[in-house]
Amino acid sequence: MEATSDKLSIDRRQLLSGLRVAASRVPLLAWFLGALAAVTLEQFVGNPLAWGIGLPKVPVLFGFVIMLKKPLLIPSIALYIMLIYLLPVAVVARLSTAAMNRLAAKLLDYKMFLSVILHLLLFYAVLHIWAEMSDYRVLVLKLMLIAVMLTLSLNIINGYMGEFSCSHPGFMALGAYGASVFTVWLFTDDRLFGAALLPPAMGPFFFPIALLIGGLVAAVGALAVAIPSFRTRGDYLAIISLAFMFIVKSLIENLEVVGGPRGLGSQPDWANLPVVFATTVICIWIINNFVRSTMGKALNAVRDNEMAADAMTVDTRKTKILAFLFGAFWAGVAGGLFAHVLRYVNPGTFGIQKLAELLAMVYFGGLNSVYGSIVGACGISLLGEALRPLELYKWIIIPLLLILVMIFRPTGLIAFKEFDVKKLIQPKKMAD
Amino acid sequence: MSLLQIEKMTHYFGGLRAVHNYELAIEPGQVRGLIGPNGAGKTTIFNLITGIYQPTEGKILLDGTELNGRSPHVIASLGIGRTFQNMLLWRHMTVLEHVKMARYSKLTYGLAGAFFGTARRHQQEAESEQIAFRLLKMLGVEQFADQIVLNLSYGAQRRVEMARALAMEPKVLFLDEPTAGMNPEELLQMMDIIRQIHGELGMAIFLIEHRMRVVMELCQKIQTLVFGEVIAEGTPEEIQNNPKVIDAYLGKEIVE
Repeated sequence: MEATSDKLSIDRRQLLSGLRVAASRVPLLAWFLGALAAVTLEQFVGNPLAWGIGLPKVPVLFGFVIMLKKPLLIPSIALYIMLIYLLPVAVVARLSTAAMNRLAAKLLDYKMFLSVILHLLLFYAVLHIWAEMSDYRVLVLKLMLIAVMLTLSLNIINGYMGEFSCSHPGFMALGAYGASVFTVWLFTDDRLFGAALLPPAMGPFFFPIALLIGGLVAAVGALAVAIPSFRTRGDYLAIISLAFMFIVKSLIENLEVVGGPRGLGSQPDWANLPVVFATTVICIWIINNFVRSTMGKALNAVRDNEMAADAMTVDTRKTKILAFLFGAFWAGVAGGLFAHVLRYVNPGTFGIQKLAELLAMVYFGGLNSVYGSIVGACGISLLGEALRPLELYKWIIIPLLLILVMIFRPTGLIAFKEFDVKKLIQPKKMAD
Repeated sequence: MSLLQIEKMTHYFGGLRAVHNYELAIEPGQVRGLIGPNGAGKTTIFNLITGIYQPTEGKILLDGTELNGRSPHVIASLGIGRTFQNMLLWRHMTVLEHVKMARYSKLTYGLAGAFFGTARRHQQEAESEQIAFRLLKMLGVEQFADQIVLNLSYGAQRRVEMARALAMEPKVLFLDEPTAGMNPEELLQMMDIIRQIHGELGMAIFLIEHRMRVVMELCQKIQTLVFGEVIAEGTPEEIQNNPKVIDAYLGKEIVE
């Protein structure tokens, strides 16, 4: 009896390690192709299959909601996920591995830029087809991408520079209101600002400018936190930045011009999925470029030892200001997108709960890491959506999870890891 | 005019006079030593010159440029490189990143380069990587280039810190107790390294040391500091035989 169970566990281990080896040979391109096949399959046979196996409808977010509401349907959900997602991804990825490895190698040799574009297009296609099934998916996806931007920008200050800044919702609010005022004032007929000044058809071209304005407004606001950071560190700066967040919130609440506590609505609907996706990609690209340069690494030097950084010619003041302004800028851009995705903002959104959510994403995902920020933002947003049926208990489970992460991995899931695009898209080595 | 000239530098910590009328003149290519008992103010002098403290009185000139009142990173980029007594390394950064960081003030690619990865940035980063590797090789630690600096042995960490200071291409290299905490074997290696740096790069070196042997063998001229005042200055032989120095180190011999 013992012998068989031993043998079984060895078999299982072999199977697992075999799977891992097989997976390590699959290039990203092949995974994307597999995902594309899966989402296309869902598009065509998702509905009939869901009815066939007794599900009320296609599981919108991998069936978490259904599972929590009707535990009896768990086998059906598992079957659905197996048939629609796992199996096609695995089969297509496995079958296309050799070809995609060759293609990836050729593209990388030819021009890395082209390879990156191809990957992004494929990835976007996957997201687009997946999201087309329901409006809920589109919204979740957009908010998730925005969360990635926010987490990454907060990671610059809290992770890369190691200051504990709590002012991010404030920056986000400045960005959201900055961009909204610009678009609402110029392009919509609104009770606050009157008739549109420019024809709405021109609007989408001005949207990048609106986001830029949002980012710049936030960056100017960040100066208020950056300057005290020369003299104070740690807890004191945390308190100053927290104060900043409340100042911004009550400032907007008391500004009747932008609607006060009632908020500001009727933003034009320009923040569609491609726009949000493109902005997020640009944000990740620029931030990743920055943190991998010596100028960006200077943030780490300031965090780990400011005196040594100074002695090694690093301009610590400039570095700190830069980190705050840069982080705030992207928070502002994300805020601008956020306002245009929801098409309504009120100051109450940008309070302590938003802060807790953002901090959770940063510390859950991992400090000082672009991967970590992406994982943290997607993980916590998905978890938040998946546990929605639990209502209040959601706020017990997520913090508990955070505590566990903090105990077992104090710096987060994927901390201190460089995001190397070339490594990500290169062909994977074929075993002999 | 000397390369580094200090005139009548005095510094008070509150009411305590830490350094009094300190004078120094380092010529290009010279190796100078500063010795003295614990608490004599040796490191304070380093911190005063490198801008961490501002001297209460006195003038510091590097190559004719006044250093008083400038911030530490400006002084560093003007040409004063240093290591620290207790090794101030960046604990999450790799060896290569350490050395490259010291090239910060030499980078001119600006924000555009940092954000968008321009050709200029790639060229400058590659160049500083090349310089970093050359220095790491010279100090015999190039095999650790991609490791986190805390994983290295104590001796290797010291070398990395020195490579980092050298990457700034300083005119004067300040070494604050480079052999602190080393065993006799490591001590000999470190002395070789200092000799090699001086031989190959030919920069002026100003070092604080506790161990007589190191200063005696390496330095051309030595100052002895006691309670913030220089009590003796001269060649190693002169210092060794100076009764005041012997008093300060061994105490007075009371002849009955």
